[in-house]
Amino acid sequence: MEHYNMNLNLKVWRQKNKNDKGSLVDYKVSGISSEMSFLEMIDVLNEKLVADGKDEPIAFDHDCREGICGMCSMYINGRPHGPWAGTTTCQLHMRAFKDGDTIVIEPWRAKAFPVIKDLVVDRTAFDRIIQAGGYISVNTGNAVDANAIPIPKDDADKAFAAAACIGCGACVAACKNASAMLFVSAKVSQLALLPQGKPEAQKRVLDMVAQMDKEGFGSCTNTGACEAECPKEISLENIARLNREFTSASIMSEE
Amino acid sequence: MTLNSKIPAGPIEKKWEDYKGHVKLVNPANKRKLEIIIVGTGLAGASAAASLGELGYKVKTFCFQDSPRRAHSIAAQGGINAAKNYQNDGDSVYRLFYDTIKGGDYRAREGNVHRLAEVSTNIIDQCVAQGVPFAREYGGLLSNRSFGGTQVQRTFYAAGQTGQQLLLGAYSALERQIALGNVTQYSRHEMLDVVTIDGKARGIIAKNLVTGELERHFGHAVLLCTGGYGNVFYLSTNAMGSNVTAAWKAHKKGAFFGNPCFTQIHPTCIPVSGDHQSKLTLMSESLRNDGRIWVPKKQGDTRKPNEIPEEERDYYLERRYPAFGNLVPRDVASRAAKERCDAGFGVGASKMAVYLDYADAIQRYGKIEVGKQGLDNVSKEKIIELGKAVVKEKYGNLLDMYSKITGENPYEVPMRIYPAVHYTMGGLWVDYELMTSVPGLYALGEANFSDHGANRLGASALMQGLADGYFVIPYTIGNYLADEIAVKPIPTDSPEFLAAEKATADRINTLMNIKGTKSVESFHKRLGKIMWDKCGMARNAEGLKEAITEIQALKKEFWSDVKIPGDINSFNPELDKAGRVADFIELGELMCKDALDRNESCGGHFREESQTEEGEALRDDEHYKYVAAWEFKGESDWQLNKEELIYENIKIAARSYK
Repeated sequence: MEHYNMNLNLKVWRQKNKNDKGSLVDYKVSGISSEMSFLEMIDVLNEKLVADGKDEPIAFDHDCREGICGMCSMYINGRPHGPWAGTTTCQLHMRAFKDGDTIVIEPWRAKAFPVIKDLVVDRTAFDRIIQAGGYISVNTGNAVDANAIPIPKDDADKAFAAAACIGCGACVAACKNASAMLFVSAKVSQLALLPQGKPEAQKRVLDMVAQMDKEGFGSCTNTGACEAECPKEISLENIARLNREFTSASIMSEE
Repeated sequence: MTLNSKIPAGPIEKKWEDYKGHVKLVNPANKRKLEIIIVGTGLAGASAAASLGELGYKVKTFCFQDSPRRAHSIAAQGGINAAKNYQNDGDSVYRLFYDTIKGGDYRAREGNVHRLAEVSTNIIDQCVAQGVPFAREYGGLLSNRSFGGTQVQRTFYAAGQTGQQLLLGAYSALERQIALGNVTQYSRHEMLDVVTIDGKARGIIAKNLVTGELERHFGHAVLLCTGGYGNVFYLSTNAMGSNVTAAWKAHKKGAFFGNPCFTQIHPTCIPVSGDHQSKLTLMSESLRNDGRIWVPKKQGDTRKPNEIPEEERDYYLERRYPAFGNLVPRDVASRAAKERCDAGFGVGASKMAVYLDYADAIQRYGKIEVGKQGLDNVSKEKIIELGKAVVKEKYGNLLDMYSKITGENPYEVPMRIYPAVHYTMGGLWVDYELMTSVPGLYALGEANFSDHGANRLGASALMQGLADGYFVIPYTIGNYLADEIAVKPIPTDSPEFLAAEKATADRINTLMNIKGTKSVESFHKRLGKIMWDKCGMARNAEGLKEAITEIQALKKEFWSDVKIPGDINSFNPELDKAGRVADFIELGELMCKDALDRNESCGGHFREESQTEEGEALRDDEHYKYVAAWEFKGESDWQLNKEELIYENIKIAARSYK
């Protein structure tokens, strides 16, 4: 593929802290290579801002830059993680854009994800949902031999597909109701599909859903935006499975 | 000072069992009164925190990321070793022990490594019980694959996301303990000093990265699980935030630094594409199972890879190392790639790359599928299509990542790869109990130096991180804490805490008041270039001496001309990065000093002065069979303490993979 350079107009959300109102600010960057990652383009802008000394560099979350830690979180031209399907912001490369493009960059927007600064939001609500039940209660040292319980490959593969969730929050950002159903359903599914997760399955789904509601995430209305934008392509089937688990657990718990 | 590694006496296979049988215990009522601080929440930190919380200790965990689940363990791809012998191919605890010692080029402790091999099997059991979705066969049992430096299949994996699945398992266990009130988590917090009182570690100074406030935290013991220091090279496969700061502060408070020059350069990474490069991406070593590495036989060949006929390709690993071929250990594979590129056979625009080719594997798997599915009269295209599907299932996510980064299709065109800094075998010196030279201060996982010698084998980092956290520290920490049960929590307004906080605040103020002209990033890049050029894949005395002088000058310039925007009492990533880069600069000097001292080639450390006529690494057991444990004495001043390595069970020999 041919490499090329481009000049871009950026509109970036700037917000000093959680109490600040915030606004979009215009920046121009030039000589951006099509080989750069999106975050390397932001690095270029930030180095320029440091040199100019007028605005502070843009605060944004990022860490592994390999698409797996789930830390990066930009809402690019109206889409979480930008235009490429199945891709995190850090893996989005500048060949997705062309010379002269305008790019609007905003933080995740959801009541349960308050902005800390600029593009950085607080996602600790996800940790609290996991604390409510996203685990199997097995203390270190209690395990039987790993091959003692054969697990059908199909179940194992489905559990693995659900477990691929990186907890980035794109599903919430994509949803018009800011629902966290895809995130919660991925963990509920992974553990419900495995025999090790069965003993706690009912309590898990009820507790995790209750915590999700308490954190202020919205309801799921099955629009599928989360699946479309998920960088790990977590399937909506997981939400269907969560609903089945939730319904049966609710009935059972009333008995 | 004499170093006591506290290796238990007795035959190797009984050491750990005997130790566990005689170690001091802490009763449950006393555990509730003992507080433990854990810095870092990757595999080592999260598994330690969960296990110690389960035991009833009061635990506090700290991480600089927004959640413990982000720790860089998550990016490990290929797998985790365990001596399960599920494949019936001759594996055993002894073989894993032997392979690890040999792979580490005879620079690791026998006692530690044998223990690691012993507990490896428990790790797999524990992870499966937690719901970690390892790859399985159709019969429902666990699948294995092979990895560099071994001749058995002992690697467990979850596609190319093994680290992610293991970390999320440990994270879930940690979150459960948080919910139960046994662990308190502090995210977006960075440790900036260890507090010592009467020679013992008693707490830390941490910075709340959101508000900029400094906090004082007490602990009867402090565990550093803060990973490696590969980012001293600027470009590495580490996460952007990975840093040496916690370990370095501990070092300056008395913890010895072990073998700092032992860094691992991983052979299969995506090559640098330009000056904008902020990090390098690894392609799992598991790709070498099926991929073949080659360069053109002709120097400076400008043809496209698919235009170069078979007989004009040099499969140099298969040629040089027929017994292991493409599966030689990482250090050997990396040096061989550098050798070919330096000699003018490199490929791609930069000529600093070699090919990793899947064409043969696609053919081979395609034919196997034809047999499996009982197909007749199959076209060439159909075979390739079937083969691609198999390769996709095994390595799909890795090949997708390559395609996103480079814009090329690895199913059609050979991938270009080049070695990159990946892991640091060196780290804080610890004894058998994982305690540093400061009583009450422990180091686990990549942060310590202990188990990998001079070169780590693939799929062994995850094993060591989880071994330390799940199965070693829960026993060994009791041996120290049993004598601490009478110690009441020390108030954090005691003079030692206040002095440590003031020193930290003063340093931050000094940094902010330099108001120079050059960005933090520019200093980091320059340090990285010095380290890569002179303390990278090959080193020599002259270059290392130059590097030391250059680093000292860079340090001076940093402290007089760095420019840090923003203010102290707010979320200020540039300020945080400045502190980390300042520590990397000091570490860089020590790494070069250590590399200069070790006038032998071993593992990841290749001294040009010490090689065989064939250009293979030449170890010098007579003079360098020791762990170099450096003691901080003052600015640019270290004392070398040596821990002699004793091999009672393995006969040391020249390492050959031919």
